[in-house]
Amino acid sequence: MNNRLKVLRAMRGWSQQDLAARLEVSRQSVNAIETGKYDPSLPLAFRIAELFELSIEDIFVSPARHSSKAI
Amino acid sequence: MSRYKSPAMRKYVIRLAVLMTTYLITLLAAVTAFRSHMISGPAAYALAVLPALPVIGVFWAVMRLLIEEPDEFIRMLLVRQALVATGFCLTIVTIWEFLQNFDLVPAGNGGFGAAFFWFMGLGVGALYNRLTLGSTGGCA
Repeated sequence: MNNRLKVLRAMRGWSQQDLAARLEVSRQSVNAIETGKYDPSLPLAFRIAELFELSIEDIFVSPARHSSKAI
Repeated sequence: MSRYKSPAMRKYVIRLAVLMTTYLITLLAAVTAFRSHMISGPAAYALAVLPALPVIGVFWAVMRLLIEEPDEFIRMLLVRQALVATGFCLTIVTIWEFLQNFDLVPAGNGGFGAAFFWFMGLGVGALYNRLTLGSTGGCA
């Protein structure tokens, strides 16, 4: 799933390790989410959204909307 | 780059070390006893099964890790790794059995049972995770 996590993290000057520590997950998890290789569970998506004080939709791009835009 | 080590992963490593040490000790005791014909009857059955217990313990340790690991991505990697290991093991054992059924290979397995191929499969699973998701999970 496409997302803005890398941009949001960079805006705060955080490394992947910094973000992982704040979310209490592994750095590998952050990397996999950022690169779209892994879609987080809803509880983790909420934790990410709350950390950045944004809504989930502001961070993660809906796959349905993404594909309809591509058409 | 720091390698991820959760408390669950550390616990797994300790459990694995204890179980593998127990395995080596029980295997050595069983081999020594059987080679010197020191044991027979029901005790022989008990001693023969003894080295299998720590191996079964490793299966338990892997399953506990799947339950205790708090990181959902790492947990997913471990599940994939265990599934690949199971598929790999069943494939090898099934092929070997059919080769034996038609007398194309000798009877027995030379000490390389299903557990051996399952542990080998964990390595294959880690490689599969590395190639497809860029991370191994760390159970191999």
